[in-house]
Amino acid sequence: MNMLRSQNLRIVVILGLLSGAFILYTGAVGMIAAFHEREVVNDVFSLGQLLLMLAPFVAGFSAANRLGDAGAGPTILLVSGVVVGFLTALPTIILLLFNSDEYRGLLDLTLRVIPFVVATYFAWQMYRNGRDRQLVLGSWLAIAVLIGIVTFSFALIFEIKGDLRTVLVNINRDWVEVVTFDNRRELMTGIVTLAFASVVAGLIGGIFYLIPSVPRRALLYGLGLTLLVGAFGETVRLILQENLDRDTMREIFQRDTLRQRPALMLFIISTVVGFLWAKFGQDVQTSFSNMDSSQRRVVNGVGMLVFAGILLMLPWLIGRTLSDVAVTIGIFVLMGLGLNIAIGLAGLLDLGYVTNYAVGAYILAVLTSIGPLGRLDGVFTFWMVIPVALLAAMFAGFVFAVPVLRMRGDYLAIATLGFGEIIGKLAISDWLKPLIGGAQGVQAIPKPIFLGTELKNPEQLYYIVLVASLVTLFVSVRLNNSRTGRQWMAIREDEDVATAMGIDTARAKLLAFTLSAATGGVAGAIFAAKVGTVFPNSFTVFISINVLSLIIVGGIASNPGIVVGAVVLIGMPELLREFSDFRFLMYGALLVLMMINRPQGFIPSKLVTHEVRASVKAKLATAD
Amino acid sequence: MFKWGSDDFSWVDFTIDVLRVLIVLGVVVGAWNTLSSGRISFAQWVNLFAAGLSQGSIYALIALGYTLVYGILLMINFAHGEVFMAGAFSTVFLAEALNRTGFLNEQPLLAILLMIMFAGLVSMSVAILLERIAYRPLRGSPRLVPLITAIGASFFLQYTFRGLYGSGFKAYPGVKALQGVIQIGGVSIPVVQIFVFCAALLLMLCLYWLVERTRIGKAMRAVSENKEVARLMGIDIDWVIMFTFGVGGFLAGSAGVINGMFRPQGVNFYMGFIPGIKAFTAAVLGGIGNIPGAMLGGLFLGVIEAIGPNLVLAGLGIPGANQLKDVIAFTMLVLVLIFRPQGILGERLSETKA
Repeated sequence: MNMLRSQNLRIVVILGLLSGAFILYTGAVGMIAAFHEREVVNDVFSLGQLLLMLAPFVAGFSAANRLGDAGAGPTILLVSGVVVGFLTALPTIILLLFNSDEYRGLLDLTLRVIPFVVATYFAWQMYRNGRDRQLVLGSWLAIAVLIGIVTFSFALIFEIKGDLRTVLVNINRDWVEVVTFDNRRELMTGIVTLAFASVVAGLIGGIFYLIPSVPRRALLYGLGLTLLVGAFGETVRLILQENLDRDTMREIFQRDTLRQRPALMLFIISTVVGFLWAKFGQDVQTSFSNMDSSQRRVVNGVGMLVFAGILLMLPWLIGRTLSDVAVTIGIFVLMGLGLNIAIGLAGLLDLGYVTNYAVGAYILAVLTSIGPLGRLDGVFTFWMVIPVALLAAMFAGFVFAVPVLRMRGDYLAIATLGFGEIIGKLAISDWLKPLIGGAQGVQAIPKPIFLGTELKNPEQLYYIVLVASLVTLFVSVRLNNSRTGRQWMAIREDEDVATAMGIDTARAKLLAFTLSAATGGVAGAIFAAKVGTVFPNSFTVFISINVLSLIIVGGIASNPGIVVGAVVLIGMPELLREFSDFRFLMYGALLVLMMINRPQGFIPSKLVTHEVRASVKAKLATAD
Repeated sequence: MFKWGSDDFSWVDFTIDVLRVLIVLGVVVGAWNTLSSGRISFAQWVNLFAAGLSQGSIYALIALGYTLVYGILLMINFAHGEVFMAGAFSTVFLAEALNRTGFLNEQPLLAILLMIMFAGLVSMSVAILLERIAYRPLRGSPRLVPLITAIGASFFLQYTFRGLYGSGFKAYPGVKALQGVIQIGGVSIPVVQIFVFCAALLLMLCLYWLVERTRIGKAMRAVSENKEVARLMGIDIDWVIMFTFGVGGFLAGSAGVINGMFRPQGVNFYMGFIPGIKAFTAAVLGGIGNIPGAMLGGLFLGVIEAIGPNLVLAGLGIPGANQLKDVIAFTMLVLVLIFRPQGILGERLSETKA
């Protein structure tokens, strides 16, 4: 029993401190304050406050989950929720104290005490493990000095600079305002409010675990949908205003934020629907799988038709601003599908994908521009240049692929990264300035003209991207199921074996590189036509990382995954402007988390899932 | 690598050979043009060389981190450039504080030592956290998985520090003792360059001593030789790997401070990315996994980068050659990976290692 208890305490403390660290971190990098700008429900709470409450809620729930599985009673679960909530608030409260004028001395004291405490802790551990006394003393001294150097330096920095804000730019008034729930002047009130709110959120997390599964799922659907609609209020408003009259709009939205009554209604409706789904969803699914194949085909066909209809009608449904976002997403879908040929199908980690994008864009720009750098006076049109851009990108892909054919895995990745950087530096250099305009880039790129109408709106450009994506999708699916696709798969799994089976690996790899480059070139050309100007700054390593992230998050070698990945990773920062400052922070964290927890992606391809399972099995087998 | 007349000759090898000839030709023609025009005097060459050496010693310090980790885990710690940035960016505030109290100019040596220790320890913590959180769960997975993780970690760290300290450039305060030049045989070399070179050399000697002469160094070498056998010999592998990351981080952080002292544009959150890739180049150049190789590779890369644009590119008639410094470095990267992936000093690595 005692064992169980100490184990429980450990879980609770670790979860609480983890969520506390999360809150502290998001505050320190400025996320909480930035998200506070966006209200989820008018005059009730903001996205920043939501983030502040979500962490203790989730931590409280998972603590209850762990303890519940270990057989703890409801009282313990609720207490654990409270403890987790309090621990979540604790680091932030400490930082608030350090940051305030009255308690600044605390920071100094803490920084001076930390080295001795930590060193004593470690020395005590060693002593208990029976190390000899000299070693323990030496370690104590070494640890105290090493940590002391850091903490005393920090003490010096803060003592002289006087204010945390001069170093940590985001521990500022806005942050204090949000985490104290608008009690910046009454610090103690603010701290108590924060602790109270956090404890309540943790407690609700614990209670949430105790609710039976069906209503819990219903509540989750309801809450999730309401919060999502609230957070993306601007997007929802833009979609709705295409279809609703002004008075109705005014009842639902206060500027970009959801009003309270519609939010409540949405919550109730979605909870009821969620309840029905949680209760009967399983039955619907089983009855679907019990249908015979012809019936199922009809249902699937209707689904596909509806989906195709939505895709075709999209620009009318969502309006101009969102169509623009849709075009951007489409360009990244295109690049994702293209890069996936190299990464997903053939297993070649190409980090210089931006090269092809840049080639496509610059070819289009130079050949069609009516500005000073376009010497061809608009003889060429968009449609004539698209094949040229495609071929040029293929050629570039080919040229860069030949030298790296002999490399494997990580070396290939770094070499392609090097190519990407070289291209970027060349684009901005004085050397090529007469040709492609150096840092100013190429301006005045005309819009494509189709049957006499200029496609200048994003609603119209959307169709170009759509067609290009569909063609790429078709090609990559067909290729994957072809002989070449099998060769790529063999190379991805084991290059030596592939060679031994008589596969011309050089040819197959070149094909993968050039085909993936072709798509990148088309994406670049469309981008150039959309924006109308081409700067070297649009073609940095960040583009490659963007595309890589969406493939990894969506699911490697999974076409639906890539589309969803693009919609989420590219769409979200475009739609939630508060997010865009943190997009690479998010991508980086996502890449790490995905690789550790879900390397096959959120919507994995069947094959990859199979492979991951196989490798896990193999690992388990060797572990035995 | 291909041999003439052997069966595996193919057009790929042929193309690569043509590339090799073209590059040699370009370098020779460019160098010949520059040298015969006499545009750059001997003293200027020496200056470029010295600048290259001091920049190169920074690359060498960072490259050591890549090499140490690669030697043990066979993975490219792509985020190592960010570890370097973490130390340099954090220490700016300490340098400012020391400058304001006047300590920096009264006791420059002590102050710089404190800054190096501070930066080293900050970077060390970042590197150890990185290992513990991002890399340890992935040990033994396919090789591209840790690389992608490292790329993710790299961007995560960049934007974390951008969030913490802001996105602007911050310059290190000047140290009076390091300003001015020294005349050596009619050539004037800035003191700061000599200081950078000596400091880096000292740190490298410490590392060499650590790896070759101490117990933990022996354990590191044993783990890099064979992890399983090392485990059987009673070596705590996790601790050794953590220690290795820590040492690499410490060197990177101290390199950050040393670099900060002569970066007129200051430091910011993005400062680690390009030097990171360049240091990786240096590590491969010297033979990755090889400690003296990384030192030599770094110095070599620094010198090439300083001299290359003026010698070769200017000789080929390319305007604005100094803008293309990075291009030279990245071209070196690609060329080394193509032609000599085992590096200058590296023994030929077996398939599993290369």
